Amino acid sequence: MNGRLPRSRHTISKALSIALLAMIGFMGSRGHAQLSEVGQRESFEIGLSQTQIGITSDFNGETITVFGAIGDADMRILREQRYDVVIALFGPLRPVVVREKQRFFGVWVNRVSKTIPAAPVTYSVASTRELRDIAPAETLRRLSLGIDTLRLDGRTPRLGQPRPVSSQQARFENALRDLKSSRGLYTVDISGVDYTAAESTLFRADLFLPADLSTGEHVVRAYLFKQGKIIGQKRADLIVRKVGFEAEIDRFASEHGFLYGLFAVALAIVTGWLGRVMFKRD
Amino acid sequence: MFLHLPIAELSVNVFIIVGMGMAVGFLSGLFGVGGGFLITPLLIFYNIPPAIAVATGANQVIASSFSGALAHYKRRTIDLKLGTMLLIGGALGSLAGVWIFGLLRSLGQLDLAVSLLYVLLLSTTGGLMLNESVRSLLRSRKGGTGTNLRRPGAHNWVHGLPLKMRFPDSRLYVSIIPVLLLGFLIGVLAAIMGVGGGFIMVPAMIYLLRVPTNVVIGTSLFQIMFTAAVTTVLQAWTNETIDIVLAFLLMIGGVVGAQFGVEAGRKLRGDQLRALLAILVLSVGVRLGLELVRTPASVFSLASPTGEVE
Repeated sequence: MNGRLPRSRHTISKALSIALLAMIGFMGSRGHAQLSEVGQRESFEIGLSQTQIGITSDFNGETITVFGAIGDADMRILREQRYDVVIALFGPLRPVVVREKQRFFGVWVNRVSKTIPAAPVTYSVASTRELRDIAPAETLRRLSLGIDTLRLDGRTPRLGQPRPVSSQQARFENALRDLKSSRGLYTVDISGVDYTAAESTLFRADLFLPADLSTGEHVVRAYLFKQGKIIGQKRADLIVRKVGFEAEIDRFASEHGFLYGLFAVALAIVTGWLGRVMFKRD
Repeated sequence: MFLHLPIAELSVNVFIIVGMGMAVGFLSGLFGVGGGFLITPLLIFYNIPPAIAVATGANQVIASSFSGALAHYKRRTIDLKLGTMLLIGGALGSLAGVWIFGLLRSLGQLDLAVSLLYVLLLSTTGGLMLNESVRSLLRSRKGGTGTNLRRPGAHNWVHGLPLKMRFPDSRLYVSIIPVLLLGFLIGVLAAIMGVGGGFIMVPAMIYLLRVPTNVVIGTSLFQIMFTAAVTTVLQAWTNETIDIVLAFLLMIGGVVGAQFGVEAGRKLRGDQLRALLAILVLSVGVRLGLELVRTPASVFSLASPTGEVE
């Protein structure tokens, strides 16, 4: 049954994409008044294929499409492909304890640990080209773009401010980045943002959400760069929550833990008894 | 077919989980054990968070032991009085175990404690059982009459303790101190390791308390079922680690597998069965032991500050 579902979702997403692109294109074309920064003529808009994701029993990862448009683009710069778009999807920020195992009498034991104050549970970046070719490392760090430059301390440093991170803290931060990347929770796709045609000002990006997605508020941040300088930014929210059967069980388990436990016991007894009745052999 | 689990919060393949339940159910039907000591490591191996694997394992044990206990009840091979005394110890032990479980989890040493306990207990009981069953196999090959595990009159230190109580069904007159202690120990293990404890209970009842072999399995299943039930409720209540969907999938597989296991068990002799079980228990113990000393793929692991392992 899982084989058929994505296709139907794909069709819906395609239809949506056309509608959204048309709408955004229209907004972009009359976007004179909405200049993102003083002295910039380009406007920048994005839209999401869905603003809510419900985790149901058959949830096995999902792709969310971000559509966008650059309004009043300079055709010369567009032809030279010097407009770049970076879109990042940040999962909810959570404190994480990173533990390091060390050998202790021949056995691997958790010995040292560090708490990382605010690591996004999931993180996914799509861009028009390699991030380091779009903007200097300092900017990427400030905006938390890229796995290696993703900030995990929950603060927003000002431009030009050095990062006060001890080497020990950095070691644990990098371990977290590596673990999250290897589990597919942190991903980067350096050609994930596509213009709909050559010299088009409309673009789209598919961001992948893993199967063990956490519930809460996910934030999409999109940045428009012109010749290495940031000239526009937009933010959109994506709410992820359990729905239906999943949500019912989760709510019941956390609100009525004792009853839930009794129910689990009753279910086990009934299953065990049914097994005996159905396969009665003695 | 994939299914997203509501409490474990990850997507699993239904056929793999049901298959796991069936394989373990087959073995538990074959050997008359709950199978918790196999299911929990298997779940952890399949990336289910250890805390959930342990608690859900206890839930699954109820189904398989209830099935078995019912059969023994009909054959009147359960010593209800002895079982109840063991159960009192077991409930207290389970209470202590759930508390220790939460403590270890917040210290970040739960995985280690669970693994160490498994290695220790599985290799010890596996080794002892293998030793006993191989001897008995050799004896019967020599043309002996098989072993009588109960040697009347051969009393040990256990029978010198005070507070004696009479258990007519088992033809026993024994102090309740070792009975309660044994129950308590099994309760603690059930909570920390997600096992019913049959692989410890059965040898302890035979060798320590000298309970007749014919009532041992039924009585142990009876007590394990209740201890696992208490553990399940406590885990759900305090740690919120029971995933009912995962448990149900395991139970379905387990119940079906157990029927085939019982069938296969009838074709084997008692000492052969014990030797096979011993080898199985021992190899799980060795496998987990290797895991502890082998250099891990990553020395780092992630956890939430409340102690839940990611």
